[in-house]
Amino acid sequence: MIEILKNRILKGVVTRHIRPELSKRIDSAGRELQSLIQKRFGRSLSIRQVDTGSCAACESEIIAANNPIYDLQRFGINFVASPRHADALLVTGPVSRNMLIALKKTYAAVPEPKFVITCGDCALDGGLFKDSYYVEGAVNSILPVVMHIPGCPPSPLAILEALVGFLRKP
Amino acid sequence: MGSSEIISVIKKQFPDFAALSTGEAYPDEVLIKVRPQDFKNTCLVLHKNLPSPVMLLFALDERRESSKFLLNCVFADFKNSRWITVGMDIAQENPGFDSLAKSIYSASLFEREIREMFGIEPRDNPDLRRLRLHDEVWPKGNYPLRKDFQKMQAGNLGDYKFSRVEGEGIFEVPVGPVHAGIIGPGHFRFSAAGEPIINLETRLGFTHRGVEKLFEGKAYFEALRLAECVAGDSGFAHSLAFAQAAEKISGVIIPKQTAYLRGLFLELERMYNHVNDLGGMATDVGFSFPAAYASIIKEAILQLNARLTGSRYLKKVNTIGGVLADIDASGKEALLGSLKDIKHDFNELVKILRSSVSFMDRVDATGVLKRKTAEDLGVAGLVARSSGIPTDLRRYFPGVYREVDFKMITQQSGDVLARLNLRVLEFAESCRLIEEFAARIKQGEKIRVESGSKGGSALGYAEAWRGPVLYWLKTNSGGLIERCKIADPSFLNWQGLSYALLGNIIPDFPLCNKSFDLSYAGNDL
Repeated sequence: MIEILKNRILKGVVTRHIRPELSKRIDSAGRELQSLIQKRFGRSLSIRQVDTGSCAACESEIIAANNPIYDLQRFGINFVASPRHADALLVTGPVSRNMLIALKKTYAAVPEPKFVITCGDCALDGGLFKDSYYVEGAVNSILPVVMHIPGCPPSPLAILEALVGFLRKP
Repeated sequence: MGSSEIISVIKKQFPDFAALSTGEAYPDEVLIKVRPQDFKNTCLVLHKNLPSPVMLLFALDERRESSKFLLNCVFADFKNSRWITVGMDIAQENPGFDSLAKSIYSASLFEREIREMFGIEPRDNPDLRRLRLHDEVWPKGNYPLRKDFQKMQAGNLGDYKFSRVEGEGIFEVPVGPVHAGIIGPGHFRFSAAGEPIINLETRLGFTHRGVEKLFEGKAYFEALRLAECVAGDSGFAHSLAFAQAAEKISGVIIPKQTAYLRGLFLELERMYNHVNDLGGMATDVGFSFPAAYASIIKEAILQLNARLTGSRYLKKVNTIGGVLADIDASGKEALLGSLKDIKHDFNELVKILRSSVSFMDRVDATGVLKRKTAEDLGVAGLVARSSGIPTDLRRYFPGVYREVDFKMITQQSGDVLARLNLRVLEFAESCRLIEEFAARIKQGEKIRVESGSKGGSALGYAEAWRGPVLYWLKTNSGGLIERCKIADPSFLNWQGLSYALLGNIIPDFPLCNKSFDLSYAGNDL
């Protein structure tokens, strides 16, 4: 506890300064995201992430988007533990045959109104794995997808900016 | 051991043993071809004498060429920095072989894999359930790794039987495949009596993408991109192991500069994952301040990766015959500067964790994996070292690590704290190694050489942050891949988790799980 307090007093709010150009992009995209979410969803947008066969790099970047540097939560995005609490699903990975039922059930568990976002090149069309005997293919052939975040994996900033771009559309 | 020495050891125990052929295609690989009746005994002798768990056990479909299946079992001869492969032929009618599982546990999962993928029966294996092709969605009689497999044929579906614990007051808690966090899918079934867990059964395979089949027919460079996406948090180690196998087949000797750079990137990958796990352990006991701190350190390493290579996860860095990213003078300066900050922050993080009595109380003596159990299961890498088993490819197959005086780190207690301490010590060692490698990198040196494509087979390997990543590769004369067998350390280590958890309470599961931090994608392939 002493260590934590000492750190808090000596360092102030931040432990390391973020590169100014990165900081600027996060802040400007973040502020816009916040006002869009405020307008469209009344303060917050809750997302449930589902991995349908990803290599875990996308997950790592989604987690990074919640670290103190990007901190999506301060702009109104919550990653929630249950589909019952979610407004949207965020799906990563090509859809493995074994995950098909789980994906459909998770979608069914999200209350209406709801929408689906895909994240990473695999989720778009199966990516590197699209010719596999065990891959069902694009998520949008299974669920109605309204938005895709490209990248292998997309960086936290790319995730943030893609969300802004999507919500900006009328 | 040379091949003649190995044969004399086997002969001592089994006088009528006769090897069909022996070969030493590479300085670090010995192949012994045996008669089917000698296969099991040969494996047992190697397992006991080396000693080594089964590092790889896999089949090849050679029915088109020679009307046979082949079976290869790979052991590690750490003392002599060699891999020993025992091979045998399997007739194509009613294919089968005598199971090793009852004598060598580490063979068990590989045998189940061979059965579901090739339809080759491991006779006398007590557990024949499928691992990845889930019975509910994949009809019987479809064997995807057979060469004549085209498309799934309709057939009968089956179901999966969980092992059941019965008794008064026993209850089951099923969890997954979709978990609460942002994480891969897997199903865990706890059987508990009161609070303590008396059995944990893990059902994986949910992220199975048919990776090994996808490798077939691909050229090296295309396949390399696939290798990077087998397990996203070990992308560099996977591409390194693959590239090494391809380079061995092509007879390419990589420049010294390349070896330093590869070592450097491999250690950067270890560092961001180790610090991520320290944060994860803090999260899983609800200690959010150090978790946030750890995520800042991880982000700093990922940004450093991007600064050096253009990729936060070191993708598209490796190529066959070298690397694509060089480190120039300004890059080196940025590397050493960032490293200094990272080291400083990391030490603070460790201090915060260790000075919290309640945190230490949660990790100390939790999730113990005893050395004996670890040896019996054949667990690898970080988990094995935390239980006191000296095993690290960087120590026993050193390459450039010899020059930088690599120190292997082990812990004795096998609990969550041991795995935490191991990561702390390895993080510091990785920092040191990176500085050593960086000091040896010279400007303007060659970082890659041309490689042709020849036919052949070889084993590539790298000590990823979790443990050894192995790629056994066979190519045809046109340089296209015929078979690629992959083993991520997660494959055997998931078994370790089930044992480490016995007697612990369910609320400690996330903590134990994070201390192993195994890959779903790497296991499921």
